Amino acid sequence: MGLFGKVSLSSILQRIFGKKHVKIGIYGPPNVGKTTLANRILRDWTGDIMGSVSEIPHETRRAKWKKDVKIENGNSSLTMDIVDTPGISTKIDFKEFMNTWGLTRDEAKRRAKEATEGVIESIKWLEGIDGVLLVMDSTQDPFTQVNVTILGNLEARNLPVLIAANKIDMENSSPATLKSAFPQHPVVPISALTGYNAENLYTTMVKHFGKKHKKKRR
Amino acid sequence: MTKKDHGISFNLVSKNKLEMLTSEEKLKFILKEVKNGKILVLEHGLTPIEQANLIEQTMREIEQDTFIGVEMEGYGEEKPSFFQKLLGIPRKPRMTLIGPANLLKMVKKDNNMIQTKIIPGRGAR
Repeated sequence: MGLFGKVSLSSILQRIFGKKHVKIGIYGPPNVGKTTLANRILRDWTGDIMGSVSEIPHETRRAKWKKDVKIENGNSSLTMDIVDTPGISTKIDFKEFMNTWGLTRDEAKRRAKEATEGVIESIKWLEGIDGVLLVMDSTQDPFTQVNVTILGNLEARNLPVLIAANKIDMENSSPATLKSAFPQHPVVPISALTGYNAENLYTTMVKHFGKKHKKKRR
Repeated sequence: MTKKDHGISFNLVSKNKLEMLTSEEKLKFILKEVKNGKILVLEHGLTPIEQANLIEQTMREIEQDTFIGVEMEGYGEEKPSFFQKLLGIPRKPRMTLIGPANLLKMVKKDNNMIQTKIIPGRGAR
C-alpha cells in the first residue's frame, strides 16, 4: 500500500483533471441503431441489455436508462449512467406504420401517438445530461435536420458529443462522409450489431466524456 | 393548403419580422402558418434551441389525420469569427425552409445546396 493508501495515483489525477461519473444520452433519429448500441455497451460491461430492437421506426418510445455502467480504458475508467432516448423526428405519420410495416390502423395510431411523446421526452432529457453519444447511420445522408438540430443544441449547451457512425457492417456505409461532415466532433465508425470497433468507441468515450466541460445553463 | 385556392403558398418571411417576435411568438407564428399548409422561407432561421422547441411543439400539435408534422431544412449557425467569439457576439442562424411534412419533402442536402420537392397529397391528408 503506498502513500495514498488504496487510492491510486491515476484516480487522484482523474479527480483533479477529469470526471468519474457522467450521465450520457444516446441520441439520434429513429432507426439508426441507438438501442442496438445501448445493448452492445451494456452487454459488454454489465451483461445486461437496455431494450428491444425492431426494424419498425420508433421502437423505443420511452427513455430507458441504466445506472453505474463502468467502462474501463487501461488504467482509467469512467462510470456512466446511460440513457437510451427515443428517436427524434420532425414528423410522425401513422400511415407509414400501416403502409410500410403492415401495422393495423389502431396499432399504427397508438405507435404514432407514443412516438410523439417519446420525441418530447428525448428533448426534455437534453437538460439533464453531461454528454451525448450521437448515433448516425453511416449508410445515410448525414445532413439531416435532426442531426443538425441535435448538434446545434449540444454546441449551444457546450456539451461534449461523440458521433457513433453506425452500421459500418453494411456494404454501402461511408463513415468517412460523416467525418468530413462534422469535423469539429470525434467520429468513431462502429457496427453496434456485430461489435466491430466497439473497443475504439469505449476508449474514445472514456477519454472524451471524462474531460471536464463547463455546461452552459439555458 | 386549402383545396379551394388550388395552390400552395410559399412565403418569404423577412429577418425584420422575425426579429420583432420573441422565440415563443416566432414558434407560434411558424406552426400556425405551417398547419395552414403554408411553406415558409425564413430569411433569418431559428437557433438550435428554438429548433428543438419547434420540434417539441410540433409533436404536441400532431393531429394524426390532418397534421403529421413539419419538414424543416436549414444550415447550422454561422461560424463566428475570432473577434465575434472574443466579444461574445451570438452566432446567427441561417436561412431555413419550413413546411408541412405532408407537402414538403427533402431530397438532398449538402454543404452547398438543399433540394426539396413539393408533393401535394402526400402524407396524412
